[in-house]
Amino acid sequence: MNQNKKRLRRTMMFLNAQKPGLIKDAYIYQPDSIMFDLEDAVAENQKDAARYSLYHGLKTIDYRGCEKIVRINGLDTPYWREDVRCAVAGGCDGIRVPKTESASQIKLVEGEIVKAERAYEVEAGKVLIMAAVESARGVMKAMDVCEASERMFGIALSGGDYTRDLQTHITGTGVELMGARQQLIIAARAAKVQCFDTVYTDLDNMEGFRKEVETIHLMGFDGKSIVNPRQIRVVHDIFTPSPKDISFSEKVVREIDEKKEKGIGVFTVDGKMIDIAFYDGAKRILDMAKASGVY
Amino acid sequence: MLNAVGRDIPEEVVKNTNKEIFKGVHYYDGYTYEKKGPKTKCVNRSGGDKLVDSIRDVLFKCGIKDGMTLSFHHHFRDGDYIVNMVMKEVHTLGIKDITICASSLGKAHDLLCDYIEDGTITDIQSSGVRGRVGQAISRGKLKGYAIMRSHGGRVRAIESGEVKIDIAFIGAPTCDDYGNCRGIGGVSNCGVLSYSMVDADYADKVVAITDCLVPFPNFPAHISMTKVDYVVEVDEIGNPEKIATGAAKPTTDMRKLMMADYCTQFVINTPYFKDGFSYQTGVGGASIASTISLAKVMKERDIRMGFGVGGLTKPMCDLLINGQVDCLLDTQDFDLDAVKSVENMKHFRISASEYANPFNKGAIVNKLDFVILATLEVDVNFNCNVVVGSDGVITGAQGGHPDTAAGAKCTVVLTPLLQGRTPAVCNEVTTVTTPGESIDVVITEYGIAINPARQDLIDCMKDVKLPFMTIEELRDIAYSIAGEPQKVAFDERVVGIIEGRDGTIMDVVRQVKI
Repeated sequence: MNQNKKRLRRTMMFLNAQKPGLIKDAYIYQPDSIMFDLEDAVAENQKDAARYSLYHGLKTIDYRGCEKIVRINGLDTPYWREDVRCAVAGGCDGIRVPKTESASQIKLVEGEIVKAERAYEVEAGKVLIMAAVESARGVMKAMDVCEASERMFGIALSGGDYTRDLQTHITGTGVELMGARQQLIIAARAAKVQCFDTVYTDLDNMEGFRKEVETIHLMGFDGKSIVNPRQIRVVHDIFTPSPKDISFSEKVVREIDEKKEKGIGVFTVDGKMIDIAFYDGAKRILDMAKASGVY
Repeated sequence: MLNAVGRDIPEEVVKNTNKEIFKGVHYYDGYTYEKKGPKTKCVNRSGGDKLVDSIRDVLFKCGIKDGMTLSFHHHFRDGDYIVNMVMKEVHTLGIKDITICASSLGKAHDLLCDYIEDGTITDIQSSGVRGRVGQAISRGKLKGYAIMRSHGGRVRAIESGEVKIDIAFIGAPTCDDYGNCRGIGGVSNCGVLSYSMVDADYADKVVAITDCLVPFPNFPAHISMTKVDYVVEVDEIGNPEKIATGAAKPTTDMRKLMMADYCTQFVINTPYFKDGFSYQTGVGGASIASTISLAKVMKERDIRMGFGVGGLTKPMCDLLINGQVDCLLDTQDFDLDAVKSVENMKHFRISASEYANPFNKGAIVNKLDFVILATLEVDVNFNCNVVVGSDGVITGAQGGHPDTAAGAKCTVVLTPLLQGRTPAVCNEVTTVTTPGESIDVVITEYGIAINPARQDLIDCMKDVKLPFMTIEELRDIAYSIAGEPQKVAFDERVVGIIEGRDGTIMDVVRQVKI
């Protein structure tokens, strides 16, 4: 398995792949992943220019540990194949497929990735795939999409298009996204891939943003798409385990390991009843803390 | 002749100006000299007033003639009408060879280019020059040298007699008929008149120009009638919208916020951050953001600032309102909130001499713990350039940069790593305006470099989680993104002199090749 499939992805920062001023040093904000957008942010007559700057950016800039994902154009456009070719040739880590509604679309993109990996002597299987779900049909097919390829590392909700398809709109309350969020996180967990929430575009409402991130964190999401570097710290603060959580998880893991040897199944840690069911969760918190650089 | 910052100063310039080359920031510490006073005409008749009908008439009364030095202050910033108003009349009278000695010149003074071209103005002395006048100087239009002095350096030059002001013009937001001037109370308020106080003390003739004549006595006077010869009332002394605007909205630019955050983290981890510390900052987005974020930490840790100095803006004045600083010491106000704050009993007006003159018996800058500055360029020797743009054209001003840097215990320079497409951290600045020995730390959005001469600060930061690196590493990152910039092509002719605050030659500015 590609070890990067499970890497830390609390924040995926979107930026227009056509703008040198944005792509030249987006790593300074330290998002976990950078999402180079060739789709909505780029005008129809600038698609080739965007690919050109994307390719050279990927080839020449050291992104210092940030994951490099490219959002290609939709499979219903004439652009996406060339997008995949340039992204893979440039050395991206992953491709985000927009408007996904079926496993066959993922397989189609995978085919192009395989071709490009061969053509540009990129290690086979290096380039991963994530799918963006932007419609009611996509939500209903989430499980199939998540399991469409070995390269699939995650699925993301794209709230704008999804709510339009649902014949509603983004309200700020989250009520319109409730069902999709639940369905996607369940599908992702069942398929053992990651799950990412949609963007929050009201940059003046940082309090609203914080609340939304707290909610999706509790729901089980792995991270959030972001549109401005100011949002990074909020997400990382919420998704990074606190010293208290880390300390408790350490004790849980240690105690379970020790008690298992002695044949004890249930016991207490800091006054809380603990059994083997807590083991994976505690390990996950410690892994998350390690990946976040706080443990 | 190589000076202490490694700049080759042409011998001809040294000879022509009778100046020494720069020998180090504290070279003149302990120097003894005699101040030169003005010629003063007594007024002891009973009653009367000092009103004169027009600028033209007052020029005659002051004995305007070729070769005189006229002084101006820049509290009205880009809204200033005074300089142009006076120089138009001087030009109309056919006067030539005038030296302008201004605390600063900006875009409001583009008109002076015409008078430089026709020889009305042959010399300019200023903190710096922005706009078309800067271009004219850099293109060799000025007959003499443009001398760029810091705010403290200007006072030194005047008090020591190096510059003799024949006529000082003071734009006064309010004035009575006997010459008591205040920076507040009218329609063109600028808050304080700090830069013009030395002009009033040392010029042979002092003219107050106001658009708001008020009954005598206009007290407490910011500049006293005892120093003013004449008062002229005009329709407008400036454009209020460009003198002091509403407070700038705090920046949302993440790069500036990152620099501000790094700055605050750095400041609070030095030994100087304790109850009673002193602080000055600039008016750029990152500087203002750093004041705002520092105020939060001060509140959390219950630490009060002893005094704040400036160049003031709303966030500094908010510290006073919120009881987070004991007092503010004010040389200039940049927004309406700062102008209003002048009425606060703990908001003190100070003269530019009190602020920064290196040749008085101790200036306020010497008591600064922190100063947060900006720069156009900083090199691997920590030398800063705040006057000459990357195109070689004079485009900025020294202001209090070298003064505060020399005086503060901890001088922090905030700069984006790239200014547009040009590396701000480089091998060698185009022009040295503030010597690297005064600069303690450079903070960019990419990382932070502490001057190796400040091992004490390096030790303080050992356990602090900030992206520390060497200045050379910062330069390398900048060059890796933008490439090493080609040197600006200059002609041989020297058009400007960057004067150290002690009057020595820090650097020269040459004519640009067109």
